[in-house]
This record gives sequence, structure tokens and C-alpha cells, in this order.
Amino acid sequence: MKIHEYQAKAVLKKYGVAVPRGEMVENREQAEAAAKSLFDQGASGVVVKAQIHAGGRGKGGGVKIAKSVAEAGELAGKMLGMTLVTHQTGPEGRVVRRLLIEETLPIERELYLGIVLDRAEAKPVFMASQAGGMEIEQVAEENPDAIVKEYIAPGMGLEPFQARKLAFRLGLKPEQISQAVKFMTGLYKAFEETDSSLMEINPFITCSDGRLFALDAKMNFDDNALFRHPELKELRDVTEEDPLEVEASKYSLNYIKLDGNVGCMVNGAGLAMATMDIIKYAGGMPANFLDVGGGANAEQVAHAFEILLSDKNVKAVLINIFGGILRVDTLAKGVVEAANKTKIQLPVVLRLEGTNVEQGREILQQSGLNFIVAETMKDAAEKVVAAAGKA
Amino acid sequence: MSILVDKSTKVIVQGLTGREGTFHAKACAEYGTKIVGGVTPGKGGTTHEGWPVFNTVQEAVDKTGADASVIFVPPPFAADAIMEAADAEIELIICITEGIPTLDMVKAWEFLQTRRARLIGPNCPGIISPGKCKIGIMPGRIHKEGNVGIVSRSGTLTYEAVHQLTTRGIGQSTAIGIGGDPIIGTNFVDALDLFNRDPQTEAVIMIGEIGGNAEETAAEFVKARMKKPVVGFIAGQAAPPGRRMGHAGAIISGGHGTASEKIKAMQAAGIRVCPTPAEIGETVAAALGGK
Repeated sequence: MKIHEYQAKAVLKKYGVAVPRGEMVENREQAEAAAKSLFDQGASGVVVKAQIHAGGRGKGGGVKIAKSVAEAGELAGKMLGMTLVTHQTGPEGRVVRRLLIEETLPIERELYLGIVLDRAEAKPVFMASQAGGMEIEQVAEENPDAIVKEYIAPGMGLEPFQARKLAFRLGLKPEQISQAVKFMTGLYKAFEETDSSLMEINPFITCSDGRLFALDAKMNFDDNALFRHPELKELRDVTEEDPLEVEASKYSLNYIKLDGNVGCMVNGAGLAMATMDIIKYAGGMPANFLDVGGGANAEQVAHAFEILLSDKNVKAVLINIFGGILRVDTLAKGVVEAANKTKIQLPVVLRLEGTNVEQGREILQQSGLNFIVAETMKDAAEKVVAAAGKA
Repeated sequence: MSILVDKSTKVIVQGLTGREGTFHAKACAEYGTKIVGGVTPGKGGTTHEGWPVFNTVQEAVDKTGADASVIFVPPPFAADAIMEAADAEIELIICITEGIPTLDMVKAWEFLQTRRARLIGPNCPGIISPGKCKIGIMPGRIHKEGNVGIVSRSGTLTYEAVHQLTTRGIGQSTAIGIGGDPIIGTNFVDALDLFNRDPQTEAVIMIGEIGGNAEETAAEFVKARMKKPVVGFIAGQAAPPGRRMGHAGAIISGGHGTASEKIKAMQAAGIRVCPTPAEIGETVAAALGGK
């Protein structure tokens, strides 16, 4: 699960990580009030930052500096409601609904801190780099030696000596080291206690007066661990997600919307990906990824079918099921139910294998609905791509 | 021969009394697997479907002599169940549970380094040596005893490959689902190494997917050590970057973990990579024929 910058900063603050003073606002009046409060507290300027779940906001025009309350209000007025396009949003962009109004700081250096899971080592790894403001992947590509790493021993956390090593390698001044240790150990503690899957402070800044701050903050949470963090679940912003994906998540369906016109419903993530691949190989484009899971019931299948069909780009549907736990007859019942309910007009290609496949095929035949039956995945992909092309 | 499991493997089921545990324990027993009991804390001393239930894995091991355990425990408790099994000196732990928090697995993984146990999974269909032993949730009847080893990150895609082999009359020595999570026990290299040393296995299928670099590491192993033909497939060529494709581990992040990178590494190692899963059966047939 992704959260906004202002939310991540609020979480980090609780762990003693220094963040600039600021406030989230949703309209111009609030923006002006927040800016006024910051100027009253001695800020020399304020930053107006668009809050969307995507990076590259600065380049897209979503981060601007104001020197007065009026200017902050004006910028906020322009930014709220605008569609921000960055390299991470895709061409459709995201509508800006919230802003973070923050004090400006006397930035001296821009550095990078990040925590991710190292899959090969099966441990979280704390990374630091002097190349702040750049994407870490780019640094890793061009100058891997510029990234310094400390692995976290499970059950221990980032130890102060590790934080000192990182801090000295970042070239921090001796008088900044204890501040940096507090910052970094706090950061890791936040990572662990919130079950984060990724955390990035980019840039992590040093100020001319010696202070250290998280100028930006990105935090993603492990979806599998959200059950033990009800307070973090509250931070979800569904307006940042595709409405169909939000709907699918209500029924525990793994659905990801894509750009093509061949809708697909599959059981199992690997087979679902492979089905998308084979549709593409047959000359079509998948409209979605949809894994109904191993233990789906007729009701879930029916919901999945409805979600699939509410994507207006879909011109034909491919159902590819290899029944193991999910029995083919169960699936067939769900499909027939949903097809009747939605009065489907689109061609539906079915490829079914596995447990109770004969009963499943019988249910489909007796339904009186016009399904196209395919024998193999290849056959199914070719049939559905042809059907979508005709529509 | 086969790898890791055979007719002599004695299995306990952690989470036996749950719906999934019961259903699959029965299916495994019907297949011929020696299920010797179950563990459900608090239900020790009772019997379930004719099997004795124990409070702890240690007690189950002491009383039944089990050497393998299959875990159907819900995600919040599954990592703990893995550690309990390892601590009781179970040699082979198969964790079916999907949805274990990553940091729980970080801990369990570290714990496993201090014990003898081998873990398969989590978030996997399990392991089957056709005709001998099935520990997991795969449909047993699609399998056939034979000489092809399979190692895969995906469940249903493995069934697809098995089905193609069986309908061509090609059997399998052992099929292992290593799981779709970012942190797993047995990996591609471990499984390939075992198949390499197994006299029954004459060819191996490895089915990978986007995310991480386990396939690249496996390709290096194949190039350096593998004596048998390897057929491969990578799922997710059409997957968009930055999105988790169902499996927690199936994500292209920072431009890495793409299908094309993996396919390139595998082809360079001499692995016969199929463009779609539809070609797996015929490619294996060709590999076996052209030895």
C-alpha cells in the first residue's frame, strides 16, 4: 500500500525523524492559513507540494516555492484540481486533491537514504548515497560504488555503529553524526514497526546551520502485514487507485487494469501473467490482469466477471482456468450466473482444465449461452484475439 | 528415485483441523502419502479424520517419527509455525500459506539458517513425486511418474506444464513449487542442484516470473554445473512495471526483474526458453529426444 508524502512524514516524526514543519491542505484558504502560520514561525519561504502517489512531481510542476502568503494561496489555487503528469503517472496523469505546505530550509547538500528488502539476502538493507535527488536505480546503474549499504540483522535493527558508518561515508560533519544516528535508527525503527516494504528519503538534506531533514519521504507498506496495523490502513487514499481495482479488492480479487481490449480471468498469478503474455503473442493486448485465486467461490467468480465487463475497452473475454483447488464446475456456475446477470453480449472464450472439468463443460453447454470453447492456451488466445478484432 | 520426498516420507499437517488442512490432508492421503498426524495447539489428544492431533510439533515428531511437515496455518501465525517445525528437527517443511508478512519471513529465514530443516515455500503448491508422494495442493491425477523434474514459482502454471507432459506420455520425477513470495526457502539453484544429482531426472523445467533475480542466479548455475537439458519459461512478459502481479514477489521494480532480462540470461546459459507456456511440452520432448 502506498501513502502520501505528508502521511509518511507524520509517521516518521513519531519515530524522531526530523521533518520540515508543514501541514496538509485541501483548499486555498487552508493553504493560506498554513503558509501564514509558517511565516509567523519564522519561515523565509514556503513550498507548495502536490500530494499524489507518484514521483517526479517537481519536474511536472507539482512543487513550487512561495515567498508570501498571497503567493502560496495563488499557487495552491492553481495546483489543486490540476492533472499532474510525471514519468510515473503515465500520460493520463493524476488529479491533485491535496497539498503539503512546508517551510523552506537553507539546503546545503542533498543526499539519499533508502530501506528495501534484499531478496537474495532475505534481509532489509539500508542504503545511503551522496547523490540525493537522483533516482537510486540510476545511481546504481551509473555509479554503483556511490551507494553504501548496511544489512539489518533480523531482530536487531539498525545498530548505531552501522548508522555511524553510513553517516561518515556520506561525508557528514563530525558534529552532525549523533543527529544522523538518531535520524537513521529512527527511520529503520519506523520501517520495522510499520511493516514497510520500501522507504526512501530523497533527498535527505543537510542545512547550512547543520541540521538534517527528510525533505521528501516515500513509504510503502507490506499489504500482507496490514492486518496488524489498523491505523495504517486508514491512510489508504482510494482516489489514487483505479476504481475497478478498488472494487476488485473488496472481493479479494487480484485485478490490475491495463490498456488492451482482451479481458481475461485466470486462476493463479503465474498462469494469469502467462495468459496475458500469450494474448500478446497472438497479436492482441490484454485489458487486465485478473487472478481469481485458488479457492474462489461462485460468488467471487461472478464479481470478477462483472468487474471485467465494466471496463468499456473490453471487446472479448478469455477465461483460462486450471482447476486444482478451484474446481471447474464451481467456476462454470459463477460464469453462467454472471453472464445471465450482466446479459453479456461480448464473445467469451473458455479454456478449462483440471478437477471436475467434465461437469464444468456440461454446465456451460446446458446454459444455452454462446461460449466459444478452446482446447489449449494457444488455441484460446488465438480465438479470443480474433473475436476481439472483429468486434 | 525422485528428490526430497518418496514413499517413506512421514508427514504431519500443521493446521490439520482447519478447512484447508483437512481437505488437502485427505487428498494427499488418498494419493498415497503417509500422513501420520496433525498439530493444532489446544486440540492435542483428540483425533481428526482418524489422525492423532498434537499440541506441538515436537510432540508430534516424538510420537510419530515424522520427518516432513506441511503448513496450512493462517498467515499471521505461519512464520512461527515454520520455526516451530524447524526447531523440532523436521527435515522438510512445506509451507502452503499465502500472505505471510515479509518481515515475519525475514525472521523465520534467519532462524532456519541455524537448523537442519529445508523449507519449500511459502505461498506455494507444495511438492509431488508422482506415484510416490504428494505433499501439497496440486491435483494429483494430472501427474505421471517419469523422468522430468519441474521447479516453479507458480502453482497453476506448473499444472499447465505437467498436464502438457502427461498428455504427451512424458512423466515427472518430482515437481516442486518454490513459491511466489520475495523470501522463500528452497530456490531455483537448490532444486536444480538436486535434480542434477538425481539419476531418475533426465531433463528439468524451470518456470520463473518477473521480480527479483533468482532466474539470473539459476542461469549462472545451469551454465556452470548443469549436466541435463533445462527448458524454461518466464511469466510476465506483458506485465507493467511497478505493479505487483498477484504474487507478492512478482514485481518489476526500478526497471529490474523484467521478463526480458531473465530470458536473456537463461538463453545465454543454454536454457531452452519457450516463448509461451503452450510450447513447454513439445520443447521438453525435443530436449529428451535430442540428448
